[in-house]
Amino acid sequence: MSPLLHVDNLSKRFYGFVALDGINLEVQPGERLGLIGPNGSGKSTLVNCICGTLQNEAGSVHFDGKTLDGLAAHERTHRGLARSFQLPRPFHSMTLAHNLRIPLLYTVRAREGMLHAHSDLEARCHELLQMVGLADKAKRLPRDLTQVEMRKLELARAMAAEPKLLIADESMAGLSHSEVDDILALLLRLNEHGITVILIEHIMSAVMRFSQRLAVLVSGKKVADGKPEDVVRNPDVVRAYLGQ
Amino acid sequence: MDISWDLLINAIVAGLLLGGFYAAVTAGISISFGMLDIVNIAHPAFVILGSYIAYYVNINLGIDPILVSIIVLPAFYALGALVYQVYYVSFERRGQESLRGLAFFFGLLFVTEVTLILVFGVDYRYVDAAYIGPSLHFGMVEVPLRMLVPCVTALALFAALELFVGRTFIGRAIKAVSQDQLALQLMAADPIAIKRIAFGLSIATASIAGALLIVIQPVEPSVGRDYIGRVFAICVLGGLGSMPGALIAAFLVGVVESLTSTFYGPSWAPAVSFGFLLLTLAFRPAGLMGR
Amino acid sequence: MNTTTFSLSAAAVGLALLVFAHWLGVDYLYFAGYTILQFIVLATAWNILGGYCGYVNFGSAAFFAIGAYSSVFWYKFYPLPVPVLIVFGAIVSGIIGLGTGYLTLRLRGAFFSIATLAMAVVFQTLVVNWDYVGGSRGAYIIRPETVEFAGLEVHYIEYLFALMLALAVIALITARTIERSQLGYGLATIRDDEMAAEACGVPTLRLKLIATTLSGAFMGMAGAPFPYYIGYLQPQSAFGLEYAVNSIAMPMIGGTTTWLGPLIGSILLGSAQQYATVTISSAVNLLIVGLMLVAFVIIAPNGLIGLVQERRRARKQP
Repeated sequence: MSPLLHVDNLSKRFYGFVALDGINLEVQPGERLGLIGPNGSGKSTLVNCICGTLQNEAGSVHFDGKTLDGLAAHERTHRGLARSFQLPRPFHSMTLAHNLRIPLLYTVRAREGMLHAHSDLEARCHELLQMVGLADKAKRLPRDLTQVEMRKLELARAMAAEPKLLIADESMAGLSHSEVDDILALLLRLNEHGITVILIEHIMSAVMRFSQRLAVLVSGKKVADGKPEDVVRNPDVVRAYLGQ
Repeated sequence: MDISWDLLINAIVAGLLLGGFYAAVTAGISISFGMLDIVNIAHPAFVILGSYIAYYVNINLGIDPILVSIIVLPAFYALGALVYQVYYVSFERRGQESLRGLAFFFGLLFVTEVTLILVFGVDYRYVDAAYIGPSLHFGMVEVPLRMLVPCVTALALFAALELFVGRTFIGRAIKAVSQDQLALQLMAADPIAIKRIAFGLSIATASIAGALLIVIQPVEPSVGRDYIGRVFAICVLGGLGSMPGALIAAFLVGVVESLTSTFYGPSWAPAVSFGFLLLTLAFRPAGLMGR
Repeated sequence: MNTTTFSLSAAAVGLALLVFAHWLGVDYLYFAGYTILQFIVLATAWNILGGYCGYVNFGSAAFFAIGAYSSVFWYKFYPLPVPVLIVFGAIVSGIIGLGTGYLTLRLRGAFFSIATLAMAVVFQTLVVNWDYVGGSRGAYIIRPETVEFAGLEVHYIEYLFALMLALAVIALITARTIERSQLGYGLATIRDDEMAAEACGVPTLRLKLIATTLSGAFMGMAGAPFPYYIGYLQPQSAFGLEYAVNSIAMPMIGGTTTWLGPLIGSILLGSAQQYATVTISSAVNLLIVGLMLVAFVIIAPNGLIGLVQERRRARKQP
């Protein structure tokens, strides 16, 4: 089976600093991949390069059998890639419901070529907000939200684009145990419906429960890639987290 | 082709001298835009303000205009610090720098120009100094002192700034704050105070640049607007945050402008820097020596 | 209120104003009214790119002047009726807007703004050097005393007033339609967070180019009748300071997030300036506008409408 996402020898520098060094990564359709690594290891940079927010210097990204090189970020989203931002970036002049309407209008509609009725869009936005537990705040502005709620909005907005591959970048930071369980259950449900998920997290219990496969990034290099129980016993990984 | 070598060489020399002066005007933008990421389009207005202050004191008290600008340096520094404080409290802190910040500086630019029109009128003003008039002659090359003195002063200013940013603690803190604010905070230095000092410094350079300007050419309030495109074009061409780059770019723009002026007429000069700006943004946005 | 209802209402209001003005028959009101209507168009045009999309255009005077000078060009070459000139002005300014945008909009908003500033200076240089349209000496436009309009013989200024009124109505309808359309939501996302907008699938470059072209086109339309209004066009007046500052101050003081803001800002500031120019000097008048711009940007960044909205929200949530 050919992989849904294929990152081929990807490298990214910021002037002198090498942020990513020859990353090779494959994600199979329907897979649940966990991506972990110490702070500053390049996880978000990798996501940015895959999604087109940043341009990589070397290497390429293939999605669904076609190359993404040269495509703008919005075109990659149209192809079925969606991501949440590590630091939430809501549209602060719009209500939560309207925030979710944007991917529906610009991605889903572009893909399907159909004009949805206004009421359909509203219903879909409400449904998404309910999935993340923000339905009662649909008419509020992002500035009225707590940090945790903003992360949920981030996730909901990524989901609104109806992606084939969803990259959830630290969506669970600051959540309580039960909230983590809720988000995990949500992501699992999405996965059951066929959505491939890459989970980037620091909450190890969630990562271990969720991932079928685990990849580890340290200082811009991939140091491990395999079954979660094997990876956590990998001496390089242990060393990266606990020091020498 | 029958080029007049005399004309050509003099145009190049004039261009280099002009370029040195442009570097002085751009130095301030190099700090505020290149390092602090503040789009202070009002900078030329502060330069013109400096010109008029130099003019006023020169005409009434007979003091050399460049000397005047050095004397009022502290006042300009304070003005810069004040402007930054307002900018920070109103915009930067709220994360709304882009639209509001630009409108704010545009408002400052506009208000300064109109105030100068009201106080001084639209007539051209010029200063009186010993070096305005005589020229040095090296064979067929003529070096007017009214261009040489500003150029030398400008280069001295530039060198002083480079040393400051490279060698002193505050200078290096300014360089650091442009790259990583968080790290600076962790080093127990207050990034806001550092930025305020830097911005104050950038406006202080405007004082000197203003005096140099009115030595080179007569000044009237709308001259500032000609310099906006020029100054940002040089800054971008040189590479944001690189002062040596800005210097090279300033010389380049000065020479091309001078050649254009000599062979096609002086009214085409403003188009030169605009052309440079567009070309740079289109082909090499990082500039010549960009980070 | 849907778009059709609004359009019809706006047209009706415009028509009523026209009839009322005709009945009053005071020429000065036409002159003053024309200026205010012109500002409504300029402010609304600026706001499509500035308020809705977040990209600040400092070169409004350039787009305005391009419209004016394209009319002068035709006047010297082959006189055309003013409505045709308006369309032509829209096309030329629109293309220039598209071109400027194409060169600078892929980079940061700040570079776009700087480019528009520099552009204003450059276009003034070009015009000053173009003798065919009069260069720095200026150009004279001779217009007829009266003209046949709607079956009546009216003063020329009334004719121009009617045209500008129609333009203002069209501009306001366009702005409101954009605001409530998918395009408007897209522009707002670019203003709020361009990176997130791209991630959501918004084609940011395309939308920015559309906004820039529309904005430039309307400014050109506002400028096209100007030579006929003023009779003698000099670069200093076409590229004048008041266009640069007013097209920014009026939307920012009125409120940038909706079509109503530029309308309110233009009427308030426009009328105040008409009054001030007559009583004080025009330079002091501009100074006050500049100071008000700075004050509003600092204190009330969302303009008068923003203040009203804040009041309403504060009352809703005790």
